Amino acid sequence: MTKIAFTLNGRPAEAGAAGLERLATVLRRDLGCHDVKIGCDAGDCGACTVLLGGAPVCACITPATLAEGQAVETLTGLHATDPLVAQLTKAFERHGAAQCGICTPGMLVSAAALLRANPAPDEPQVRDALGGVLCRCTGYRKIIDAVIDWRGAEAPQDGRVGGAVARVDGARKVEGREVFGDDAPPADALVLRVIRSPHHLARFGFGDLDAYAKAEGLDLILTAADVPGLNAFGVIPAFVDQPVYAEGTARFRGEAVAAVIGPAARMTALDLSAFPVSWHPEPEALTPEAARAAGQMHEGRAENVMCRGFVKKGEAEEAIASAFVTAEGSFQTGFIEHAYIEPEAGFARWENGRVEIIGGTQAPQMNRDSLALILNLPQEAIRILPTAVGGGFGSKLDLSWQPHVALAAMRLKRPVRVVYSRSDSMSSTTKRHPAQMRVRAGATKEGRLSGFAFDGAFNTGAYASWGPTVANRVPVHASGPYAHADYVARTEAVHTNCVPAGAFRGFGVPQAAIAQECVFDDLCLALGMDRLEFRLLNALDNGIPTATGQVFDGAVGIKPCLEALKPAWEEAVKAAEAFNAQGGTLRKGVGVACGWYGCGNTSLPNPSTIRAGITGDGRIVLHQGAMDIGQGANTVIAQIFAEALGVPLEKVELIGPDTDVTPDAGKTSASRQTFVSGNAARLTGLALRAEVLRLTNCADGVIGFEGGLTVTAPDGIRHHVPLAEGMDYAIEAAETYDPPTLPLDKNGQGVPYAVYGYTAQMAELTVDTTLGTVVLTRIHAAHDVGRAINPMLVEGQIHGGVAQGIGLALMEEYIPGRTDNLHDYLIPTIGDVPPITSLIVEVTDPHGPYGAKGLGEHVLIPTAPAILSAIRHATGARITRVPATPDRVLAAIRAAKEA
Amino acid sequence: MTVFRPRHLDEALAELAAAPTALIAGGTDVFPALGVRQAPARVMDLTAIDELRGVSRTGAGWRIGAGATWTDIVGADLPPLFDALKQAARQVGSVQIQNTGTVAGNICNASPAADGVPVLVAMEAEVELASAAGTRRMPLGRFITGPRRTELRAGEIVTALYLPDRDGAVSRFEKLGSRAYLVISIVSVAVILWTEGRIVTGARVAVGAASPVPMRLPEAEAALKGRALSDLSGAVLPHHLAALTPIDDVRATGGYRREAALALIRRALTELGGTA
Repeated sequence: MTKIAFTLNGRPAEAGAAGLERLATVLRRDLGCHDVKIGCDAGDCGACTVLLGGAPVCACITPATLAEGQAVETLTGLHATDPLVAQLTKAFERHGAAQCGICTPGMLVSAAALLRANPAPDEPQVRDALGGVLCRCTGYRKIIDAVIDWRGAEAPQDGRVGGAVARVDGARKVEGREVFGDDAPPADALVLRVIRSPHHLARFGFGDLDAYAKAEGLDLILTAADVPGLNAFGVIPAFVDQPVYAEGTARFRGEAVAAVIGPAARMTALDLSAFPVSWHPEPEALTPEAARAAGQMHEGRAENVMCRGFVKKGEAEEAIASAFVTAEGSFQTGFIEHAYIEPEAGFARWENGRVEIIGGTQAPQMNRDSLALILNLPQEAIRILPTAVGGGFGSKLDLSWQPHVALAAMRLKRPVRVVYSRSDSMSSTTKRHPAQMRVRAGATKEGRLSGFAFDGAFNTGAYASWGPTVANRVPVHASGPYAHADYVARTEAVHTNCVPAGAFRGFGVPQAAIAQECVFDDLCLALGMDRLEFRLLNALDNGIPTATGQVFDGAVGIKPCLEALKPAWEEAVKAAEAFNAQGGTLRKGVGVACGWYGCGNTSLPNPSTIRAGITGDGRIVLHQGAMDIGQGANTVIAQIFAEALGVPLEKVELIGPDTDVTPDAGKTSASRQTFVSGNAARLTGLALRAEVLRLTNCADGVIGFEGGLTVTAPDGIRHHVPLAEGMDYAIEAAETYDPPTLPLDKNGQGVPYAVYGYTAQMAELTVDTTLGTVVLTRIHAAHDVGRAINPMLVEGQIHGGVAQGIGLALMEEYIPGRTDNLHDYLIPTIGDVPPITSLIVEVTDPHGPYGAKGLGEHVLIPTAPAILSAIRHATGARITRVPATPDRVLAAIRAAKEA
Repeated sequence: MTVFRPRHLDEALAELAAAPTALIAGGTDVFPALGVRQAPARVMDLTAIDELRGVSRTGAGWRIGAGATWTDIVGADLPPLFDALKQAARQVGSVQIQNTGTVAGNICNASPAADGVPVLVAMEAEVELASAAGTRRMPLGRFITGPRRTELRAGEIVTALYLPDRDGAVSRFEKLGSRAYLVISIVSVAVILWTEGRIVTGARVAVGAASPVPMRLPEAEAALKGRALSDLSGAVLPHHLAALTPIDDVRATGGYRREAALALIRRALTELGGTA
C-alpha cells in the first residue's frame, strides 16, 4: 500500500493506493468523489477531468501517486470554493449546457481551468480547452455559449408551456451531485464481472467452475444453469431470443457466457484469462450475404431472415418505367455505437423477498416485466429504481447489466454491483443497424415524383432486440415527408454473428434517408432543378395521403420547414458557387435534406399513465414516470402538468420512475414522451384541477398557495381548499393516454402513428479536394415540433441530434472486435460541430399536448444526407457509403472527375 | 504490489537494478493499454525524479528531460526550430493528455502514429538511456525498432532527448485525422528547413503513421536542397515517398495515406516558404 497525501478541494486528504492505481479510482472509491465520472478509463472522453496542481488531467489515466503533495480539485470542490465556478454552473443551467449530465463535470472542470487563466475566451480558445471532453447529448454549442457567457445575467424563468425554463434537475447535474448508475452502491456490495465470448461464433464448454471459484475466493459463478426462469430476454414478445448466458454456443463476440461475483478487492485482482472455459471457434457470418448461406441461427427464421417489412401504394414499377427521368443507387451504412459517456452500471439488492435493481435504464417497466420471467418471480417481487442515465439514445431500452446483478443478489441475498468497462459496453450492447439499400425513383418533366422503390437489408446481429421495429419503421418512413402516388418499400432484417443491432435514435430511418435523399439529388441533377425547389414541389401536405395512405388535416409541417430554410439556402448556394468560381483546391457546398418521424409505437398500443397528488399540507407531487435520459422529460412533463393544473412549475415536486410508486409512462423511445406522456400529464393536471375546483365549489379560479392551497374565484373571493391529512395524498389523479392508431394491412396501408414531426436541414461546408477532408461551416435545422413546450430543450435536442448526424455522415463506424473503445470509434468532438441555426416551426397537432409533436429522433434524420448533398454540391462526389472519411471522399471526388 | 517514486536518478537506477520493474510517467499510454487487467507487481513512477525535469540549452543544442510533458514543451521559450514540436504538442490527444503525457513516454510507447516521433526524427534527436551500469546515447531512429518495440533494456530508463541546434531553422508539423481533437493521426508530417538567403541549404522531412516506425525521407530532403523558398511546393514528388509502407486500417487505406503524406508535406512546405 502506497500512502499518498495531497490537498483535495482545499482540505488535506490521504489515500492508500494498492500498487499502481488510477487517481480516479482512489478519488471515487476511497474519498467519495462521485463527481469524477468514469466514461472510458483510457483518456478518450475526459469525463473524469480533475485539476491537478491547477491543470486539467484525466484522473482515469493519471497515476494516483502523481497527486502526492499536490492540490486536486474536482467539480464539487470547485463549485463550493471558487465563485467563478459557481457562476459558470449557473451559466450552464441558463444555457441548457447540461443534458444527461455525465460529461458535465469534465466540461466544467476543464472550463474552470480555462477561465481562471483567461476570463474572456473566444470560441477557438473554448474549443481548444474543452476538446478533450466528449459529450454525446448537447452537440456542444450550448456548452460553448455558456462558457463564453459565464458572467452573463440570469434570465427570468418562465415555466409555462412555451417557456424556455432551465431544466428542473439542472442544479444537481452542474454541481456534481447527480447520481448515476455507479455513484451510490452499498458499501458492502459484492462486485460482478461478466465473462464474454472472444469469438464471433464459438462452441464452448466450462471446466471446473467450483474449483476456480474456490481458488480465487469468489462468492458465486453464474451460468445458464443458474437462471431459475426463462434464460432469454428481448423487447418484442414474439422475438424474445437472447439468452442471459449463452448455452453451448456463443453467437457474437462479446456475448455473455458467465458471470463471476466476489468481494471488490478480489475482483480487481482477478485474472479472467484463467477462467475455465474452452472455446471452439466456428466460421462466422458477419454480413447479411454470408448469413443467408450460413447455418440457421434461430428456429423458424429461414436463411437467417428474422423478419420483413413491406409498404406498397400504387404501382411503383410502372410509374418509374413511364417517368421522364429516373435515378437509382446502392448505399451502405455501418454499425453505429450509441457512445453514451456513461457505460452501463448499477446494482441489485435483496429486500424482504424482493429484488431491487438500481441503475440506469430507458424502460423501467419493460425491464421489470422481462426480469420477472428470467428470475421466475412475480412482477410485484421486482422493483426498478432508476438512477440518472448518462445517455441512452435507444441502447438502454434493452436489458444488459440488470439480469446479472439481479440473479446474483437473489442467490446471495446480498447487494451486488456491476459497472461495464467501455469495451464491455461497446462489444455487448445494441448498435444502429448496418444497412444495404437500393433506391430507384423517377420524376416527371415538371419534377414531380413518379415512382419510388426502396429495398433494404439490415444486419440485425445475433439476436432480435428492436430489429423487427427497424424492419417495420423503415418501409413506412423511407418515402421521406414527400407525396408519392406510387411507392414500394421492402425490408428485411438478417441475423449475423455480430453484436445485436437494436434501437438507436431513428430506428433505421436515418439510414433510409441517406439513400432516398441522394437519389432525389440525382433526379434534381437530371432535371436541372434546384434541390430545395424539388423538395418543396414534392413535399407532403395536408389532404395528400402518405405512403401508408394516411391523410392529415392541418398537421403536416414539412413545407413550412423548407420555406424557413429558403432565404439561407438561396444566399448560401450563391455564395458557394461564387467561391468555387475562383478555382482552387477548396470547394464550398450546400446541401439540403428532409425527414419525418412517427411518434410512438407503430400501429401498436403504447399508453402512458401519469400520477399526481396533493398532500394534506398542500404540496403538489408529480410521479414523473417518463425516463429522463437527458432529453428533458422531467422538465417538459412537469411544465405540461403545471400548465394544465394551473400552478407555477416551481410548485411541482417530482417523484421519479420508481416502479413501486410511479405508474408506467412507457419507454423513453420513439419520440413519444412529450406527445404520449405529455398528454397523460395534461389529462392528470386537468383531473387534479377539476378536483381542486370541486372541493372549493368554484367553476373556475386561480390556484394559490398563501397559507395553504387556495382557489381565487373569478369574483375575487379566495377559497381555502379543504385537504384531508393523514394519507399520502388528500387528492390524487392518474390519467392514461394512448395514441389513436390503426393496424397496417398486408400492403402496409393504415394509420401507423397519430402524429408525425417534420424537419428540413441544410448543411454548409468546405471540402479540401486534395485531402478529401470536410469542414462544416453551419447547419440550419428547421423543425416542426407542433408546439415547443420548452424552446431551449427543443434546441438542445436539435443540437445533439445534428452532432450525431455529423458523426454518422463523417466519422462513425463500429467494427465488432476492432473498435471497442472511444479512440478507434470516433464521435464528434467540440471542434467538429459548427454553429447551428435552429428554426423552430410550430404547426400544431390536434393530438399533441398543447399541439406538441415529438422531436427526439427527427433531429438526426436529415443531417447526414444534407452533409452528403453538400459534399456533392461542392465537388461532384456522390457518396454512397458512410462514414465519408477523407479517403472515401477523395476516392469519390476522383470517381466523379472520371465519370 | 509496490509503486516506487524516487526523487533522484541514482535511487531509481538502484531499484531498477534490483528486480524487473514497469515504468510509468504521465500514465496516458500505460493505463489504456492495461485496461481492466491488474497492474504489474513492481512499478516505478518516474515523475518525481529531479534530474528528468525541464527543457534546457546544452552546449551543442537542446535537452528535453524525460519528465517534460507536452505542456512543458508548449510553454518553453524555444527557437523556430521547435515550432513543429510545439504544433505536435498541442495536437497530442487533448489538453488533459498534454498536461501529464511526456515526450519521452511518446517515444517509449513507440506507436507508429505517435505525433511526437516524426518531429523528433526530423530533428535528429538522440535518446539518452541510463541504468545502474552507466549511460548510453543513440539516435531516435535506432531506438525505436518497430511498433511498440524499442532498444530500452531491463533496468534502463530514458533520461533525456538531445536535439542538435540548427541556426535559423524553421519547422512545421501537419497532422491529419478524422476529427478535430483527441484523434489518432491518419498520417502526420514534420518538415524542417534551414536556409541561406532565400535558398534551402538543408531539409529534414519525416512522416508518421505510414510505416512501422515514423521515418525520414532522404530523397525528399535532397530534392529540397538548393531550392528557393518560394519554389518548394512542387519539389517533393510521389517517388520520394517510395520508402513508406502505409497500411489499410480503420482510419484510412494505405494508398490514401501515401497521397495524404505528400499533400501534407507540400502544405508544410508552402507554409514555410511563405513565412520563412
